[in-house]
Amino acid sequence: MTSETGNTLDVAAVARLAELARISLSDEELQRYSGQLDQILHSVDKVGEVAADDVVPMSHPQPLVNVTRPDVNKPCVDREEVLRQAPAVEDDRFRVPQILGEE
Amino acid sequence: MSNVDQKVPFTEAVEAFDPLLGFEVHVELSTKSKMFCACPTEFGAEPNTQVCPVCLGLPGSMPVVNQDAIESTIKIGLALNCKIAESSRFARKNYFYPDMPKDYQISQYDEPICYDGYLDVEVPLEDGTKKSVRVEIERVHMEEDTGKLTHAGGATGRIQGADYSIVDYNRAGVPLIEIVTKVVPDTGALAPEVGRAYVTQLRDLVRGLKVSDVRMEQGSLRCDANVSLMPAGTSEWGTRTETKNVNSFKSVEQAIRSEIERQAAVLQSGGKVVQETRHYQETSGTTTSGREKTDAEDYRYFPEPDLVPVEPSAEWIEELRAGLPEAPAKRVARLQEAWGLSDFDMQSVVNAGALDVVEETVAAGVDQAAARKWWLGELARRANEQGVEIDQVGVTPADVAGIVALIDEGKINDKLAREVIDGVASGEGTPAEVVEARGLGVVSDDGPLIEAIDQALADNPDVVEKLREGNMQPVGVIIGAVMKATRGQADAGRARELIIERLG
Ligand SMILES: [Zn+2]
Repeated sequence: MTSETGNTLDVAAVARLAELARISLSDEELQRYSGQLDQILHSVDKVGEVAADDVVPMSHPQPLVNVTRPDVNKPCVDREEVLRQAPAVEDDRFRVPQILGEE
Repeated sequence: MSNVDQKVPFTEAVEAFDPLLGFEVHVELSTKSKMFCACPTEFGAEPNTQVCPVCLGLPGSMPVVNQDAIESTIKIGLALNCKIAESSRFARKNYFYPDMPKDYQISQYDEPICYDGYLDVEVPLEDGTKKSVRVEIERVHMEEDTGKLTHAGGATGRIQGADYSIVDYNRAGVPLIEIVTKVVPDTGALAPEVGRAYVTQLRDLVRGLKVSDVRMEQGSLRCDANVSLMPAGTSEWGTRTETKNVNSFKSVEQAIRSEIERQAAVLQSGGKVVQETRHYQETSGTTTSGREKTDAEDYRYFPEPDLVPVEPSAEWIEELRAGLPEAPAKRVARLQEAWGLSDFDMQSVVNAGALDVVEETVAAGVDQAAARKWWLGELARRANEQGVEIDQVGVTPADVAGIVALIDEGKINDKLAREVIDGVASGEGTPAEVVEARGLGVVSDDGPLIEAIDQALADNPDVVEKLREGNMQPVGVIIGAVMKATRGQADAGRARELIIERLG
């Protein structure tokens, strides 16, 4: 299936995205989600039908620029509190499962 | 893991192929706070003590850009002769790895803040002359550093075989600048030297801007070197590899050399170079295969919705441009002229990283020759031994000025000066204080000196006879005995005068 902007979202594409997102999906789920995601993509594409060529793509709803803060320090969050949110802790660090395919 | 890469000797490799280079250099800025939050950036703090909801990626937290980080980036861009974008945006680089708690890194993608610049690199040649090579800069962009993972449970501490990782997020969010070159062509057999000279001179330039410590060994300057080969006489660009973990200027040179030799062997045996990340191995001076390179589209970049565009005003850019320090190459030329040095002597100062300290020592009133003698001799030797930069040996330009003054006043000699340096370096105070505390002064009270001379004369009657006859040649024997008796603390000139006096 090809959307009007030329995007395709077939099963292979969804499988690749799932792999990048480290999500494990069954064949049945891949079938179901690729159908649903493709539908979402097509719905979003409808926006393209009303947007004229002279409308610049935007990434932020407010017409603001240069929102910055001065380079000063503020207190951090207490480590106890930070690590209390972690699923597992070792040596005052977050303990996470090994991730394959990365260095 | 076990197969050793075949290699073609370097000279052969660069005859058959033209190397194409590219560099991605990351510089950690030395701002007080992180890129998007107010956490401190200091190196070496207790794990996870410099974190907050923003840099931990907690739901509902919002990033705000550090004004000084933008300013530092523009300065780097201007110093690299870049254009500064009228409007520039941040983008999310999505990847799933626990070094970033958000599961994305805020970076810049298609709208970097600086673009289209260049750095003219002076590459030292074997014959002592230099060749100027222009390295074109594609872009300079802002992003945030990642947290630090330690792989645990495995036998080697590396990810292969590790059972799990533990993460410290102190570094996550520290302002990071990426400087990306265009392809550097036509370097031929000089490719390794061009790489080294580029990274060294980029370091000098950024250090001069005082926006980063740019210390490779501490990771505040990191270089990824891209290498591909093109069969000589063609214009078919080969597949490139990206070598990471290059931790010194010397390693940049060696990594490029090794990668050229390896790729040439792959191509000459009819194989294909794999597009991949490789890791430089300090011990063997070679590169080993890492993961296959992720395509940019796999990162699914999209504009960062939590940040608005950065649009630096023309006035601000001009103000920053006006405040830029003298370019390093110009400064070297100016000092060389002021000190009246040959290319070779000037290059020695630059190579030793001693430009700042020698300049400051001269500014403190010391003759340039004396300043160079101490910094390039004794102090460079110590820096080398300790594996540190020359300004980290615990002796300042003011100390060197103090030592040279003591020598000029005849209070100490060169030999004692080395002991004074020991004392200053181990925190015993100023040179004058060390001389006082250690009782190092050259003996200036004539009493003990005369005693030593009389003893030496009495011990060497044959020499005395010759001296009395007007043959002054063996006077060194007496002076040597006097120096020995005073443990080197006597002023040789004064001793000579007194010997003549005593002989009547
Ligand atoms: Zn923070």
